[in-house]
Amino acid sequence: MILYILCFVLFMVGLYGVLVKRNLIKIIIGLAIIEYSVFLFLILIGYVKDGTAPILNSEAEGAIFVDPLPQAMVLTAIVIGLATTAMLLSIAIRLYRKYGTFDIREIRSLKG
Amino acid sequence: MNNLVPLYIVVPLGFALLSAILGKFIRDIGKYLLNIGLLFLTILTIYLIVYVPETLIYRVGGFEDINSIPIAIYMMIDGFTKILLLVISLVGFLVALYSISYTKQYTAEPKFYILFLLMMTGMFGMVISGDIFNMYVYLEIAAIASYALVAFGIEKHQLEASFKYQVLGCVGSMLILMGIGFIYWQTGTLNVADIATQLPAAGPYTKFVSVLFIVGFGLKAAMFPFHAWLPDAHSSAPSPISAMLSGVLIKAIGIYVIFRLFFNMFALSPQIAMAITVLGILSMLVGVLLAIGQWDIKRLLAYHSISQIGYVVLGVGIGMILLANDGDKAIAAFSIMGGLFHLINHSFFKGLLFLNSGAIETATGTRNMKKLGGLSEKMPVTTATTFSASMAISGIPPFNGFFSKLIIIIAAVQAGFYWLAFIAVIVSIITLASFTKVMRYTFYNKKLPERLSKIKESPFAMALSMSIMAVLCLAFSLLVIPEFREIVFSPAVEALMGASPPINSLMGY
Repeated sequence: MILYILCFVLFMVGLYGVLVKRNLIKIIIGLAIIEYSVFLFLILIGYVKDGTAPILNSEAEGAIFVDPLPQAMVLTAIVIGLATTAMLLSIAIRLYRKYGTFDIREIRSLKG
Repeated sequence: MNNLVPLYIVVPLGFALLSAILGKFIRDIGKYLLNIGLLFLTILTIYLIVYVPETLIYRVGGFEDINSIPIAIYMMIDGFTKILLLVISLVGFLVALYSISYTKQYTAEPKFYILFLLMMTGMFGMVISGDIFNMYVYLEIAAIASYALVAFGIEKHQLEASFKYQVLGCVGSMLILMGIGFIYWQTGTLNVADIATQLPAAGPYTKFVSVLFIVGFGLKAAMFPFHAWLPDAHSSAPSPISAMLSGVLIKAIGIYVIFRLFFNMFALSPQIAMAITVLGILSMLVGVLLAIGQWDIKRLLAYHSISQIGYVVLGVGIGMILLANDGDKAIAAFSIMGGLFHLINHSFFKGLLFLNSGAIETATGTRNMKKLGGLSEKMPVTTATTFSASMAISGIPPFNGFFSKLIIIIAAVQAGFYWLAFIAVIVSIITLASFTKVMRYTFYNKKLPERLSKIKESPFAMALSMSIMAVLCLAFSLLVIPEFREIVFSPAVEALMGASPPINSLMGY
């Protein structure tokens, strides 16, 4: 149980970063922390106590396996997370070139 | 027949790859592949709607079910999916046609078409996927492509809008992924139809997951408290992309999934149905009230998107409330039909309005209505098409928007929600007021400013695409005739309302 609560705390830490921080890079780090907390949660779902890697062979008779599906899901999600973070960082770099700052209080050409 | 289903993924994804490889040698190949691919998929969709009434299921990898437990990833096309497929492919095709002339201003033209094709892949995948984790994957494909497309012009405001969109979109995606995790934890399966049988009836756990999904997909669909990114992103993007985002994307990856999951996967509970309807009403009111004060045409249109999405949610939400409380099924079906009808109509008139604003911007170089005026002398096609779309969105007969709003309002009155009907009428009147403002300040009633005296009508491809859209705005009001309604809407409403989703009966539950 404690692991799930810690996972949730990690999510909140990330959300705090996104909502409170003023620096674009820190916001991106916050988003990354949110992502990792969700990945951790998915891994925890598939975890079975004393489970081994889910490979079916002659030695695996009667062994306890962890659930492989959440692991496959997390692998996919990590790849997607990589693309999202790369996209965010590239936009942040472009913004830095245009405005000369990472401070979101300075980046305000849109309003209304 | 079932083998036709993966074409919706294979064609756009394959063409994206092909145009990325061949783009080095033939510069314009992406342009033509996009148009050809979407035209083909439009024809395929119309064929499926007219001649293939049954539900199509494709199992990826060909794994058969074992003891009626689904092993493979499912792709399915039922009545509700077909409506979305029609909207995505037809609006997509017309926007692609428009882009041929519009994208001449960009230096990296081929990349625009690759991203466009990837976005189409994401949206098609989203609606035909019968597996929630796959939905998440396609959602991210569509979302990442759209983040890049919003920032495509790399102007200051486009980058800023894209960043804002990405931060909110990313939080939304993570909430969705978390919800998927919770569902897998409870049921041990990811297939929508399988989950529907495994998930326990409304308890605190299910409610918690429902809230995660409402917030996550609400962020994607820009429903009221989560709408902050939409006016920036949709007004900053290149105009064809605004048309795709507002017309199609928020429906395919937001509204569609909310309806699909809450009708077919979760057992309907009165509180959740009420919450969705209230969000719809608030979106309707807040969107239109924020829209009326805007002077930037595209920003005004973006706020109207929030408001019109509210109509769709209201129509379907009334149906949800009636079903959850064991109300009159006929009225519920009528109301859901109204919502879906408005979904189709909104794609066409809002897409057209954004294309018009793009034509105005290309010709005059500004989107500010205060600096425009008297364009009707120089741009007759744009004026006529904008007029048609404005009438459609304000609900003036005989344009399509009138009939769908009328159906929603009649259903609200029949269901006894008089105040909802009243709000819907008021919002429609305010919409009319704000579009009167657009027509007056942009096209009529003022002299053409001196510096705009040399502007020309849009190029042929843009004008053609806008004219087709305008004709379709009129033609889609024909869907109100019972014979057409029978073909298009009845299977969709059945798919949503059926005691068990059609996919379940196919799988032998």
